[in-house]
Amino acid sequence: MRTVKYDDIVNAVKNMIIYSTTHLGEDMLQALKEAYEKEQSEVSRAVLAQLLENAELAAKETKPLCQDTGLAVYFVKVGEDVRVDGGSLKEALYEGTQKGYKEGYLRASTCDCFTRENLKDKIGYNLPPVIYFDLVKGDRIEIEYAAKGGGSENASRARVLAPAQGIQGIKEFVKQVVSDAGPNACPPYTVGVGIGGTFDYAAVLSKHALYREVGSLNPDPDLAKLEQELKDELNKLGIGAMGMGGTQTVLAVHIETFEPGRMCHIASLPVAVNIQCHSARHAHITL
Amino acid sequence: MAEYRLTTPLSDEDVSKLKAGDIVYLSGTIYTARDAAHKRLVDLIQKGEPLPFDLKGAVIYYVGPTPPKPGEVIGSAGPTTSYRMDSYAPILIEHGLKGMIGKGRRNDAVKEACKKHKAVYFGAVGGAGALLAQRIKDAKVIAYEELGPEAVRELVVEDFPVVVVNDTFGNDLYEEGRKKWAQA
Repeated sequence: MRTVKYDDIVNAVKNMIIYSTTHLGEDMLQALKEAYEKEQSEVSRAVLAQLLENAELAAKETKPLCQDTGLAVYFVKVGEDVRVDGGSLKEALYEGTQKGYKEGYLRASTCDCFTRENLKDKIGYNLPPVIYFDLVKGDRIEIEYAAKGGGSENASRARVLAPAQGIQGIKEFVKQVVSDAGPNACPPYTVGVGIGGTFDYAAVLSKHALYREVGSLNPDPDLAKLEQELKDELNKLGIGAMGMGGTQTVLAVHIETFEPGRMCHIASLPVAVNIQCHSARHAHITL
Repeated sequence: MAEYRLTTPLSDEDVSKLKAGDIVYLSGTIYTARDAAHKRLVDLIQKGEPLPFDLKGAVIYYVGPTPPKPGEVIGSAGPTTSYRMDSYAPILIEHGLKGMIGKGRRNDAVKEACKKHKAVYFGAVGGAGALLAQRIKDAKVIAYEELGPEAVRELVVEDFPVVVVNDTFGNDLYEEGRKKWAQA
């Protein structure tokens, strides 16, 4: 049984948070540059230029790209042959989150649902994070992290379609969600689409789809084709950067299905759409 | 598409010349407020009590900045989504508010109030928090410190870049932009 030290996890998580909230990933920089080249609307091009300038400045000054540094959302794969020495993995993720947000001068954005009170001194600084654990073979711990802002979560939706609605129904739903999001959730968007499983699991899939490298090809050729078709259709909506009107509304569409294959219940066709703003901050580490 | 440099407080004349799509560089004092602060401001108006700042000609920026690092005036400070303030904005506009800075659509009641009482809604580039913070020269909390990022702050800005989204004539940049670029 391999062991990983609790403190090493805390520090790795902390560093990952501070780095990724201040440095936009290479995939996103590339996608924004491409959108800037392709955009035909002058006002949207000006917005994209500002976003690239913002990314440069944020990295130079280690200043958050966006003031909404989000809820911390983790997907964690834990090997069956590894254990944490000195505490639990969950506690390490909590402590790493708190330290990363506090020491990185990031915003504590969690609050009580009802009173809306910020409980950073009682519950913890930007705690709790959202964590999805998965048990896998091997002796490693893989942690994927995203800083998920509120604006784009507010524009996300899940629905269980009737099987007869099929691929056409999925396309219409995705289009409706992006159209309704319009200027509100900071386009150009990455659109995460989860298909299959149950009502809740489709939403989890749609979130995890956003962790994929922007611009990468889906390994399933059918899904890769569907992603491209959706991207082309969504870019015809005319929303543009920050909704000012333009041809570049969506940087990528990422689809994930309930594997193996793309499974669901015989009575259902669950589909969820998780919108990701242009400040897509995600990172992963393996310990 | 015209470009203007304006200094707060804004007058009826200042805002009446603006059209959706115009670029404006704002200088002077502006105030930050989000949902929780708006609720309190409207409660004060309804009780007839004084507000923590003068609404006449004021501009409110919908922002909850990150905490400043030592030596910084403010952390990252880009706009938040504005619709959450829609239920509060018309009463503030009626009482003298002239400008709002945020991102995303407003409802008909806000657009109507902008027309009736001469006020404008500006869009700033969401997610450009580091860049926009450079145009903020001073910041201090003037009310509701316990709200943390949602406290009311007085900001001094210099050439803060915004675009007119909703003007005093009922135009909407988002609707016009999308109509222009949508392909059936």
